[in-house]
Amino acid sequence: MNSTPMTAFITGIGLIAPGLPDWATAAAVLRGELPHTQAPTVLPVPELLPPAERRRASRVIKLSLGVGLEAVKQAGADAATLATVFAASGADGHNCHALCEQLAGEDRQISPTRFHNSVHNAAAGHWGIATRAMAPCQVIGAYDASFGAGLLDALAQVAVDGQPVLLIAYDSEYPEPLHAKRDTPDCGGVALLLSPRAEGALGTLTVAPTSEVAESMPDASLEALRTSIPALRALPLLRRVACGEAGDAVLDYLAPMQLRVDWRPC
Amino acid sequence: MTPLALSAYTLTTCLGRGLAATREALRAERSALAPCAFETVRLDTWVGEVAGVDDQRLPEALSRYDCRNNRLTLMGLETDGFGDRVREASARYGADRVGVFLGTSTAGILQTELAYRRRDPATGALPDDFHYRTTHNAFSLAEFTRDHFGLTGMAMAISTACSSSAKVFAAAARQLALGTIDAAIVGGVDTLCLTTLYGFASLQLTSKNPCRPYDAARDGISIGEGAAFALLERSATPVAGTVMLLGVGESSDAYHMSSPHPEGLGARMAMEAALRSANLGPADIDYINLHGTATPANDAAEGKAVAALFGDRVPGNSTKGATGHTLGAAGAIEALVCAMALTDGRLPGSPGTGALDPSIPIHYQLQGEDRSLRHALSNSFGFGGSNCSLILGVAA
Repeated sequence: MNSTPMTAFITGIGLIAPGLPDWATAAAVLRGELPHTQAPTVLPVPELLPPAERRRASRVIKLSLGVGLEAVKQAGADAATLATVFAASGADGHNCHALCEQLAGEDRQISPTRFHNSVHNAAAGHWGIATRAMAPCQVIGAYDASFGAGLLDALAQVAVDGQPVLLIAYDSEYPEPLHAKRDTPDCGGVALLLSPRAEGALGTLTVAPTSEVAESMPDASLEALRTSIPALRALPLLRRVACGEAGDAVLDYLAPMQLRVDWRPC
Repeated sequence: MTPLALSAYTLTTCLGRGLAATREALRAERSALAPCAFETVRLDTWVGEVAGVDDQRLPEALSRYDCRNNRLTLMGLETDGFGDRVREASARYGADRVGVFLGTSTAGILQTELAYRRRDPATGALPDDFHYRTTHNAFSLAEFTRDHFGLTGMAMAISTACSSSAKVFAAAARQLALGTIDAAIVGGVDTLCLTTLYGFASLQLTSKNPCRPYDAARDGISIGEGAAFALLERSATPVAGTVMLLGVGESSDAYHMSSPHPEGLGARMAMEAALRSANLGPADIDYINLHGTATPANDAAEGKAVAALFGDRVPGNSTKGATGHTLGAAGAIEALVCAMALTDGRLPGSPGTGALDPSIPIHYQLQGEDRSLRHALSNSFGFGGSNCSLILGVAA
């Protein structure tokens, strides 16, 4: 059987990363209009969550809600109607550390809230609570390949179901001692609202497998983000989007399989 | 969706290793739950522990993956000749054309829990022999499976708590429909660990007794562990008797992190979506393998959803009284329980369930029964309000 091309329109983008508080800033940096300054990631307050949930929202919840809602707003879409694909290397690293520390001690009576927030889909569950979206929600993990894995499932949903899909790729840091084993430096996330329809689109994305080497970022500071935060493996594509530049970008997925992403601005 | 063939499948739970042992235990309506004696856990609860997991050795070249979860993964993969069928598919289609889609809730987090007891007293560092990527990380079982078979294509883990290994069927079916792959290893593996045992206890969701799904006196889950795998392929002209995936349906509760929607709204939406996907109506379903965790809230909410869609016509039950709740592996395990019910023409029983809850108006099947089945539906619901229903049938 011949493969159906994996293709979709991008109608909205969200981005939060160290030194890049939103997509507008990131786009200016990616175009070379602004320098990238290394600064701790600034996470927005999750206004959509009920007050109790808002107060105790973890960094991954703030991050994923922040990038997801930015993409939805840009597209003028209704989050409550959208199918979602969440992609992340891990869950909430700080929560995981606290649980492991307590389970290694004498008193193992862990907090029920800590436990339900330990699941890989905690951010996705809070997205549903915040947006009231009852559509399908997929939650993927593929270590450093998480962005590519999420993109593959999101594009497949657009093609098979003929509906828009919001891809939210995000990653966060572990505290020590896990940080020494998984050194993701800070929070970083990218959201792409992918649609089968051209209306309001920034351009068209078409993805095919390749064994070519992934493209790196010309700027050393951005390259450090690309390689240290799995969600930011998307940066070579986002640079083309920001510059309005048609062409191929090879994104890092799962060696030897990489993803050749063809971008055509509208 | 276009039906897909389950061209090979296997499962390992506390009931036994492989299809024959599972079939025999289901026919005998035996529960393999036992009082928890796992590791250093001191909890008054019952668990479904798989025998011999820690005797399973990993090949030297893959020793970085060594942990209880990957031992059970390997044990499961190399049962019922499943591994050989994967190798044949890889040879036939190419190593880059067989995708890996595996579900888990906690992967090898036990390895991290154990490593935290061996931190360097001076620096707090974790020991050098602890490998986060290949044990703890949610992707570890999928990457291990990919490396074990020398595959070079698409792979992903899906981690939506207790619906994880149902949702892998949806993800793989999409890629097979698009032709980006020719076969998919789908399945799920979860193993006992302190996080889930103490965690469900903290939520007061574990029973002090063997769990009693849909019983009036049900009072919580019994945690189990297990591994289940299927090889999914397109098949325009399947051999008669081949088990087929006919439909998948996914939804979100958008309600609460650890409680189901009280009316079972998300559950109902997932079942309706699966019926649409299979192009079937409620009257076409002959058996429902319920999520049936035996918590008061789950069974009440699921019961409402099932009653609303199917009334009291369709026999259904939960096999978690036999296997325990295998969390991220439950979706795949219970899909294969449906596969066996379809091929054997026999409904499983419901060990543990005594007096049914009279407030749940569904046809709950207490005992096993010989019955010819056309289509079976399997429900899986998870924390975060993640719901997935699968419909399986048999090729005529």
